[in-house]
Amino acid sequence: MPATIVTITSGKGGVGKTTVTANLAMALAMLGKRVLAVDTDIGLRNLDVVLGLENRIVYDLVDVVEGRCRLRQALIRDKRLSELFLLPAAQTRDKSAVNPEQMVRLCDQLRPEFDFVMIDSPAGIEQGYRNAVAPADRVLIVTTPEVSAVRDADRIVGLVEAGEKGPPKLIINRLNPAMVRREQMLSTVDVVEILAIDLIGVVPEDPAVIVSSNRGNPVSLDGKSPSGQAFRNIAGRLLGQDIPIMPVKESANVLDRLSRFLRG
Amino acid sequence: MTEPVTIKGTSEGLIITLGSGPFETVLGEMEERLASRASFFRGGRVALRVGDRSMSVEQLQAIGAILERLGMSLWAVDGDHPATHAAARELQLEVDLRPGVPPAAVSSEPVSLEEMAGLVVRRTLRSGQAVHYPGHVTLIGDVNPGAEIVAGGDIIVWGRLKGNAHAGAMGDEQAVICALQMQPNQIRIGSHIARAPDRTWRPKAPEKASIQDGLIVVERWKKSE
Repeated sequence: MPATIVTITSGKGGVGKTTVTANLAMALAMLGKRVLAVDTDIGLRNLDVVLGLENRIVYDLVDVVEGRCRLRQALIRDKRLSELFLLPAAQTRDKSAVNPEQMVRLCDQLRPEFDFVMIDSPAGIEQGYRNAVAPADRVLIVTTPEVSAVRDADRIVGLVEAGEKGPPKLIINRLNPAMVRREQMLSTVDVVEILAIDLIGVVPEDPAVIVSSNRGNPVSLDGKSPSGQAFRNIAGRLLGQDIPIMPVKESANVLDRLSRFLRG
Repeated sequence: MTEPVTIKGTSEGLIITLGSGPFETVLGEMEERLASRASFFRGGRVALRVGDRSMSVEQLQAIGAILERLGMSLWAVDGDHPATHAAARELQLEVDLRPGVPPAAVSSEPVSLEEMAGLVVRRTLRSGQAVHYPGHVTLIGDVNPGAEIVAGGDIIVWGRLKGNAHAGAMGDEQAVICALQMQPNQIRIGSHIARAPDRTWRPKAPEKASIQDGLIVVERWKKSE
């Protein structure tokens, strides 16, 4: 089973790359796939925290690349799903500790072992980004419906296309339907129109995401939350399932409903 | 006959002394010794003492490459032979060890933990910061998650230990780790590893970690000790 290598990137920081990586990896593993999540944000690692696996790190990506341990020794098995693994980044080093060729070689070693390798990219377009994208078969670009994030996403689309990686797919994160309705936020249609790439999912703004990230329990484990469902749907689409992108429902916020009522 | 390689830690970094014997043998020995404690030496800077051995540029580069692969860097070469001097200069390495290095630290006798000066660090270690030291380390401040202390001897944190700590990193299983508030992600003593429980907790008193019957045990610090 040669793995598909999927890189999650965005250009802009803080739009949810790590959250998306953690949740898609988890959702794919819940669908029975053997998945490895790789953190390439050397020096600013977070994926381990979001997955709740920080205290299990013994070796990391840089140890593997520099030959201080075998690849298998650095893989951390998830505490909930036996088919999910993490390869953490080093924290006391920086992006220059690894180069794109080493990432390609590493991923070639991983290919026979997994169905999916999900690579969490650092923000930016420098070496960290290049390390993350070099081995990718598919690239997912995360943006929020904000002008600045979309601008950076556009820059990344250009870079990915120039790198002959095939067309990247788009994830719109933290969409707030009430704000879209009040025309205070870009809509899905607006974002897709600007970027002109295929949409693979829309994740609604959801406080459950913050709570779950803080607790190290990705929200895709939560059967009830709307964002968890959105992540599971994206995982299904990655597997080629034909799942329509559902319109994001407005939450039943009392103030919103009241203001709508008052305005008629 | 002298030992082919001796490695010593000082407050200025590691000092590796090459003894007599063919270069390849000495090189192999050095690599083996360093690789066996790679995580401890990582990030260290190295001064090389070669005595009256004549070193070529290529030989120094070979040593530099091994050190680099193990995460260390060569900054100085100390030797008596003029060829060694020339080669070191060509590679832009220092040819004099810092005058601050006390002679005791570079004597041919390995320095025991008791004789080695402890290191006191008076600041908080933040994520990504690390202190590596061959002797005992006392840190006055906090060790935040993502930061680490690696010590050849004991580690005392006068503050919160929330990151990683490795005491006895060169194999001393008698080493201990003490903290006013012991909430580490992971602690290691010698070759043993213990990780934090997955639930959150807050210790109410200073605690001490040591190895008992082959396991790392954390217990409340008691006055009677």
